[in-house]
Amino acid sequence: MTVAVPAAPRESILRHLSDVLVARRGLYLMLLLVPPLLWLGIVYLGSLFALLAQSFFSIDEFSGTIIREPTLKTYGELLSPANLDIIERTVLVSAIVTLLSALIAFPIAYYAARYARGRLKAVFYLAVMMPLWSSYLVKVYAWKLLLAKEGVVGWVMERLGLAGLLDAWLAAPLVGGPSLSVSYTGMVLVFLYLWTPFMILPVQAALERVPVSLIEASGDLGASPRQTFRRVILPLAFPGVVAGAIFTFSLTLGDYIVPQIVGPSSLILGQVVYTQQGTAGNIPLAAAFSVVPVVIMGLFLAAAKRMGAFDAL
Amino acid sequence: MTSRSPLALRIAAGAGLVFLHLPLLFIILYAFTSEERSYQFPPPGYTLKWFAVAWNRPDVWAALGLSVRVGLASTAVALVLGTLAAAALSRSRFFGREAISLLLILPIALPGIITGIALRSAFSLVEIPFSYWTIVLGHATFCIVVVYNNAVARFRRLSPSLVEASMDLGADGFQTFRHVVLPSIGTALLAGGMLAFALSFDEVIVTTFTAGQQQTLPIWMLGELIRPRQRPVTNVVAVIVILVTALPILAAYYLTREGENIAGSGK
Repeated sequence: MTVAVPAAPRESILRHLSDVLVARRGLYLMLLLVPPLLWLGIVYLGSLFALLAQSFFSIDEFSGTIIREPTLKTYGELLSPANLDIIERTVLVSAIVTLLSALIAFPIAYYAARYARGRLKAVFYLAVMMPLWSSYLVKVYAWKLLLAKEGVVGWVMERLGLAGLLDAWLAAPLVGGPSLSVSYTGMVLVFLYLWTPFMILPVQAALERVPVSLIEASGDLGASPRQTFRRVILPLAFPGVVAGAIFTFSLTLGDYIVPQIVGPSSLILGQVVYTQQGTAGNIPLAAAFSVVPVVIMGLFLAAAKRMGAFDAL
Repeated sequence: MTSRSPLALRIAAGAGLVFLHLPLLFIILYAFTSEERSYQFPPPGYTLKWFAVAWNRPDVWAALGLSVRVGLASTAVALVLGTLAAAALSRSRFFGREAISLLLILPIALPGIITGIALRSAFSLVEIPFSYWTIVLGHATFCIVVVYNNAVARFRRLSPSLVEASMDLGADGFQTFRHVVLPSIGTALLAGGMLAFALSFDEVIVTTFTAGQQQTLPIWMLGELIRPRQRPVTNVVAVIVILVTALPILAAYYLTREGENIAGSGK
């Protein structure tokens, strides 16, 4: 790196300003922080509060206009059995996706952190980054091609002589459906595909921070590799899993495009928010609905912070 | 660790990677299929004609153009705001620091639909009409954190003694920034900017709420997914989108990798 030799001290306004800023660190920090905080504070937090405020409005059932008076009526509506059902289903799907993605992610992260070196490590990193960053819609679209009745999955299963197995799975209650592309199985598969890379990276980061000396010490003290894995590596990697779960859980909780394109007819939360604010025109209910994931994620983030998951992000 | 990896682990890791990559390869295959209406696999024949058809579609070009313009503007905003935040938060400890870093993560930690509907309802409350700028407003908000993450990592590796030396030699703060700090963090900013662009170029959920009648490329694709008009054109556009997002990511990877051996970071 080349460090240019600065010119002779400039007696200028800039110089004075610079001196003031160097001397008064607090002022300097404040000036740095003002623009990003103004943006995030006004555009983002402002919008969030506007949304929150709207959830305390209600809608006139006859005219469909929004009544701008504070009321808890909309929250009462939110807690109706049908809506609670939607919330419960969404949380369950998110939890399943999170759990399965941790299962898929762990071996990849573990291999990358413990065994891959040099070029192989770079290959692993890119192999995770590429699907993570490649287009969301293209990925959803790819699965539509794969899961369609005449698509790739059906063809492969038939070639393997497993068409009967696929049919049996589709005939099963809850997980099945008319075809993979309109079933919970298909929906969970697409979510897994979309979010698993978000799980791999934090888990890998956590695993990489496990000191080798600890693993050696565990072995020296007589633990079998299996015991070392269970008692030393796994607990230390857990904050990484929680950090990954922030993404997989939150992303599933709020998605409305995947269930619209692949998935059964029963709605999940994101779809309800979307239709309530759009076609139904019931902004207060949509707002109340969107408070649900905010609250869930708030609790989740608080718990995650306590477990030290933020350091693994 | 010098021991060889267990076979089961290698199989599980390999299978996971195959799961993450195979579907995208099929998209590329489908871009060449001669089958027009169904998702038939394997394709009955192969053709290049859909690339020509897509090339002549003005709606695809319009959507692509808007996506690029939104991506550039959002990236520019995110670069400025993300770098400022990173400079402030990288070394100092002060009251409220944690809250600020949470605020930076929040737009991507909360579901996109929340960001989307919150912005939309705020726009309607303040009576801002939907435009190119409302899309940029949304995109820039969640792009800031991408730039921030890249910049903050590099700021932490930047040795404070370099900055002190520059000041001791008589440079003022702005000269130090221009001649010492900027060259050191430049590649990290470039990488962050490219990732922010890729993120914006691909974003669909927030965009559906902030776009009004305008179509970015992902909105165009979403329309085709829900109400397909000419399926093979969608396949071709999907391949184009894969390329446009993959290239910045590869570039960002090489930029940040080289930056690991930055001057003054040795100890």
